[in-house]
Amino acid sequence: MRPLDEKETSAVFEKLFKFVGNNLKNVVENPSHEGPDANPGRYCFRLHKNKIFYASESLVKRATNVARPSLVSLGTCIGKYTHGGSFHLTVQALNLLAAYAKHKVWLKPQSEMSFLYGNHVLKSAVDRLTENIAPGDGVVVFSISDVPLGFGVAAKSTQDCRKLDPNGIVVLHQADVGEYLRMEDEL
Amino acid sequence: MAPVRKKTSKLRKSPKNPSKIQPKNNSTSESEENSPPPAEQFELGDHNSDSASELSSDGDDPLTDDFLQGSDDDEEKASEGASGSGSDSDDDNIEKKSIAIDEEKAREEEDAEAEMQLNINQESDEFRLPTKEELGEEALRPPDLSNLQRRIKEIVRALSNFKALRHDGSTRKDYVDQLKKDICMYYGYNEFLIGALVEMFPVVELMELIEAFEKPRPICLRTNTLKTRRRDLADVLINRGVNLDPLSKWSKVKAEDSVLVGRGMVYRKRVSRTLKTEEFYSTMQCNSATIAIFSRSATLVGLVVYDSQVPIGATPEYMAGFYMLQSASSFLPVMALAPQEKERVVDMAAAPGGKTTYIAALMKNTGIIFANEMKVPRLKSLTANLHRLGVSNTVVCNYDGKESDQLLPNVSPKENSVLADSRTINLSEKLSDPVFKLNIHYAAFHSQLPKVLGVNAIDRVLLDAPCSGTGVISKDESVKTSKSLEDIQKCAHLQKELILAAIDMVDANSKSGGYIVYSTCSIMVAENEAVIDYALKRRDVKLVPCGLDFGRPGFTKFREQRFHPSLEKTRRFYPHVHNMDGFFVAKLKKMSSSKPGVKPSETAEKEEETTTFVKEKEIKGGVKENGNVSSESEFKKKKRKFSSKPSNGLKENGKESSESEHKKRKKRQFPSKEEISNASIFFSLGAAISTLRRRHESIL
Repeated sequence: MRPLDEKETSAVFEKLFKFVGNNLKNVVENPSHEGPDANPGRYCFRLHKNKIFYASESLVKRATNVARPSLVSLGTCIGKYTHGGSFHLTVQALNLLAAYAKHKVWLKPQSEMSFLYGNHVLKSAVDRLTENIAPGDGVVVFSISDVPLGFGVAAKSTQDCRKLDPNGIVVLHQADVGEYLRMEDEL
Repeated sequence: MAPVRKKTSKLRKSPKNPSKIQPKNNSTSESEENSPPPAEQFELGDHNSDSASELSSDGDDPLTDDFLQGSDDDEEKASEGASGSGSDSDDDNIEKKSIAIDEEKAREEEDAEAEMQLNINQESDEFRLPTKEELGEEALRPPDLSNLQRRIKEIVRALSNFKALRHDGSTRKDYVDQLKKDICMYYGYNEFLIGALVEMFPVVELMELIEAFEKPRPICLRTNTLKTRRRDLADVLINRGVNLDPLSKWSKVKAEDSVLVGRGMVYRKRVSRTLKTEEFYSTMQCNSATIAIFSRSATLVGLVVYDSQVPIGATPEYMAGFYMLQSASSFLPVMALAPQEKERVVDMAAAPGGKTTYIAALMKNTGIIFANEMKVPRLKSLTANLHRLGVSNTVVCNYDGKESDQLLPNVSPKENSVLADSRTINLSEKLSDPVFKLNIHYAAFHSQLPKVLGVNAIDRVLLDAPCSGTGVISKDESVKTSKSLEDIQKCAHLQKELILAAIDMVDANSKSGGYIVYSTCSIMVAENEAVIDYALKRRDVKLVPCGLDFGRPGFTKFREQRFHPSLEKTRRFYPHVHNMDGFFVAKLKKMSSSKPGVKPSETAEKEEETTTFVKEKEIKGGVKENGNVSSESEFKKKKRKFSSKPSNGLKENGKESSESEHKKRKKRQFPSKEEISNASIFFSLGAAISTLRRRHESIL
């Protein structure tokens, strides 16, 4: 487990910024509540075995006792480095992203399951979506009752979506909570 | 009936052959009064002979005989006939009548009794245990399940009222043995497990338990309070077509159960005949989804699922981490642990994370949880569940045997296992067993866990120990056959190691905590009470109430074992009583970080060892000393001899002188020479020896 170097930090922050925008400041600077200390400090990012963890400083401090091979996870895993060396956000980051998300899409109840099986979000499935989405922005997908279901990348801007035919793709799938069941082993 | 009257009438009416009939008749009437059944037999026989004699001798008077015989059948006719003959007075007549009536009555009673006796005999025949031959026959045929079930029921009935229903000549043990065999056959248990269960429960309860193991427990889910509330979740799920109910308090059961808890099993058996308890049990058994539950925290998060139109483990809410599928019994240890916010908690065997996430929810994601899991494949489900439920205050770690080598860097693996071995009991010969080695590694590592996470640095530890799983047979049928005494012992050994490690981690001076909760899903005493008892002896801990207001108290004594009396504060849960998996929960409070139990016992052991050593040494030393005393003198003599010998050897040039010297010495130091010859030269001539002996004797 080690802090991220500059290159890694910029890669992670870039990805997060797509989803949370200016809220990134809050992501980094908000005080944490995990940890037994009276003042657990802020959150920080740590790299461990190709995975990026987002955890309270207090937790990180205590996790240093654990030997590297036997440390499995701490705090929240938000993404991982692939073999190719690029950084991907994983579904575990959903809680964090949903809390600070800038761009959101709400799905109709009947199309929830389609998304949870890993399909892209089509125009016909969208109940409503936030303004000012530009193509390439990160979008968090919610159910109609505000349950975060996953996230992806916007394929079209909000304006273009209005004109889109029902089978057009609005959000390209990146991760969904169905992965907890479908591919538990790969997480 | 007929023969008796025939006799009497004959006595009166046909005195033609009195010599033949009279004596017999007397004897019959006497015997009739005294012992009816033989009389009947006798008369029956007699009648035959009579009829034969009648045919031959009374052939001359067939009419009267016929007439009389006819009248015999009917009382009135007989009396008519008697009156018709006119030979006797009316008084006589009445007397005869009354006698006849009396006899008939007696006969009827007798018949009835005989019949009853016959019935009883037949019934008792049904209860009779099968003989060896019958069992042998049975073994040849395929098992007759209905017959087995009937026999099990009958044996249980007989055992529940053994005095009245036992069959002569068979002991209680015979019945129980047969019952064990039948249950093994019918339900597919192995003999060990049934034997263990029979030791724990009275037969009637045993059958309830075994039946309960056959049925699945209700599906429970726990609301993840980090993400939603129970009310909201229930609404959403009901809209999806799930039929559910809150896991609620059942005050009636609780009251009843607390009575049971207070008085124990015997009392329960007695009251089970009263209406109240019968009601209680019938509701208990009919409504399989009802669970005797619960204290506040569980009622706030638990839901029972009766049936569902959608797969309950794959709804969007499940994936989004709104709830966790979890058996009711696994709520209990966390409720007993009662973690507080901002605490440091360790879950020593965490996967798949049901309890860990519950702890996190109770702590509202504050504080820190160390979730340890030894088995690598189970780590994935653990981390996935933690993330799914949005738990962020957890450090997941995985220690296994390999790490223990690293933790003891200067020790080779082999030595390490031996080191671990030295801390355990009677394992030396089993070191070759790979499973055992694994356990030892596990134990060795776990005793290192306190060093990693901090000795005396944790507020609460949950040890949901790996166990034989004898409480969850309804989930995993293979337990019925796969477990043996050895497995239980292995588990128990591992658990003892783990609980000591757990206690070592806890901070006794913690402001809010200082607790250890130990739980297993086993109902074996060796894995539960015995482990706690061991911990009580080895560490400065005491048992505290679990905070669960139902459940049976743990055993303070079990067969020949006697445990600490405070073990009644532990709680046992059974499928047939509480409608949840068989479970055991104990809560310990660490009083101080001293190890009072260890030092005395260990030092005592060491002292014992040392004393035995000393004794051995003394004995050996004494022997040696004695030997030394004798040998020293010898040695001195030899020394003298040797010191002289080399000089001899060195002075090889002056052989003659040396020889002369030698001769002189020979004469002077004869005994020593003899000793030397005895010690070194065994092949000296017999004659020489005998002469030496003679000389020796003469010297002595």
